[in-house]
Amino acid sequence: MSNNAVISQPVEPPQSLPRKTANIGYVLMLASLVIALFVPQFVESPSHQNIAILILMAAQMGVAWNIVGGYAGQVSLGQAAFYGIGAYTSTLLFAMFGLNPWLAMVAGGVVAALISIVIGWSCFRMKGHYFAMATIAVAEIIQIIFTNWEYAGGAVGLTIPMDRQGWDVFVFASKVPYYYIALGLLVLTLLANLLIERSYFGYYFRAIKDEPDAARSLGVNLRKYKLIAFAVSSFFTALGGSFYAQKELYIDPASVLGTGLSIKMALVSILGGIGTLFGPVLGAGILTLIDEGTRALFGGTGRGTDLIIYAALIILVAVYYPNGVIGGFKSWMARRQAVQSQVARGEHQ
Amino acid sequence: MSEILIQTLVSGLLIGLIYALVAIGLTMIFGVMDIINFSHGEFLMFGMYSSFWMYSLYALDPMFTLPLTALFLFALGVVIYKLVISKITNAPMVSQIFTTFGLMLLFRGIAQFLWKPDFRTIEKSMVSGSFSLAGIQVGAPQLTAGIGAILVTVGVYLFITKTRLGAALEATAADKEAARLMGIDSQKMFALAWGIGAACAGVAGGLLSTFFPIFPDVGANFILIAFVVVNLGGFGSIVGALIAGILVGVIEVMGGFLLGPQYKLAIVLVLFLAVLMFRPQGLMGKA
Repeated sequence: MSNNAVISQPVEPPQSLPRKTANIGYVLMLASLVIALFVPQFVESPSHQNIAILILMAAQMGVAWNIVGGYAGQVSLGQAAFYGIGAYTSTLLFAMFGLNPWLAMVAGGVVAALISIVIGWSCFRMKGHYFAMATIAVAEIIQIIFTNWEYAGGAVGLTIPMDRQGWDVFVFASKVPYYYIALGLLVLTLLANLLIERSYFGYYFRAIKDEPDAARSLGVNLRKYKLIAFAVSSFFTALGGSFYAQKELYIDPASVLGTGLSIKMALVSILGGIGTLFGPVLGAGILTLIDEGTRALFGGTGRGTDLIIYAALIILVAVYYPNGVIGGFKSWMARRQAVQSQVARGEHQ
Repeated sequence: MSEILIQTLVSGLLIGLIYALVAIGLTMIFGVMDIINFSHGEFLMFGMYSSFWMYSLYALDPMFTLPLTALFLFALGVVIYKLVISKITNAPMVSQIFTTFGLMLLFRGIAQFLWKPDFRTIEKSMVSGSFSLAGIQVGAPQLTAGIGAILVTVGVYLFITKTRLGAALEATAADKEAARLMGIDSQKMFALAWGIGAACAGVAGGLLSTFFPIFPDVGANFILIAFVVVNLGGFGSIVGALIAGILVGVIEVMGGFLLGPQYKLAIVLVLFLAVLMFRPQGLMGKA
């Protein structure tokens, strides 16, 4: 089956952007970073600030997912497991052992990365659908373990005490510090992605995704690079989980380990543009605004209207825009450039 | 002790037959067009509501309305194929996963919108109560459901192996291009697979409706198990799904009995991962 699939698929054009499009991307991104820095100055309502934080959080997890799911093409639908492991590790270390929460956050990332290597070691024997389903199963098992683990709060969950506030304990009454931390985390995750994209890892990941058999025949150790992608992705996913715990001051298995969360991580990437640096950021903005908007408009009725709109949107995007917003933009640019270069007859490029 | 053991085995076997029926629909869709239907549990949910409404509005017993339920769900499966799935037959795997995942959420949302998130039950079906057989308690609804599931499974199996249409379906599953050259319209076969797949899940829902609560998210209880069954049985294999369904049902109930009911799903999933690791093509799948 897999062999047939490889042969019958048309060979995709190389993913590298024309320089001009790439430059536009970076300029836009720097501009949005500058705007992002000043958002709390203009948005003063805490509930609106909260939506801004939610967008940054969704973007960060999408960017983290994209490393393994987008660049390396290994569609994991269980990344919530690592989000939850990060949240639980840091919360247990901070609330129970009094470890500095910033260190606890890094510890959560390391624990998640180590566990992901163990899981990946077995799951990367499988390909495609099988891998996706195996990751769902792993996440479900981890959720069941935490739900029944009394020490970690069981189904009730864990709380972080709010008795002290400030940067040393990573607990704040205002939304603004959380906003800047979330922004910092997103930028950090984006930088990690950029480094990967620019290094030989990026080429290997794409080779694994697009031409696994060719990559293997050239001596690329597929399993090793899949594991690296998985571990890096899980590390950053876990940082996001720890941030969630510090922001909400309360975690339980449903909120940090649920399947819906795993799906959301993948969804923001697909919506914005899978396997692109900024795609998940765009996707997170769109998805969060629609999610919050429909909930604010229809959520109170308890009749599932918000769910219907959200679901219809997912279907529309998956059916009509499989390459997301950035994919659509790229093909539009490519068409435009083709026309231009026809006009300019070789002067262009 | 041994009585409890046999009791557990019997209830595992009966629920396993239902799992098999749900999984047969899923495995058929996958076998024919390589798409995993995440919304399969919702076909089961619609089957339950179909039984429920015909029972509460027209006082028709779920046992008699099974054919109607099958018909509704067959139609729904075909419509969903025509409207949505036919557009993604050649799309990348991620889009396919998210399309059917979106359908899952959409169906749950629609059920919640139309029928509220309340739990509903069918109290007085013609099959109710339980009887004792050589010291083993067997619930009448469970027994009827198990027998019904076997009958439908055998029916689907005979349809696939004995009829021309079934042969065409299997030919499409084996090799789309070759089947097309033989004059088989693969679009029609895909639609048929979705119809039969949805109908199987719907009938399973109808059979469950006499003893299982009915609510919009009920499919979540079955979809993971169905994935496991399909994987163990080998994608596309009906006989495999039947054997794997029974196996999963028994292991789930036995595991719950030995380690506590909260771990029964985890046990099944661990088994699933173990099998995937050593036999990625499934227990009964071909390499």
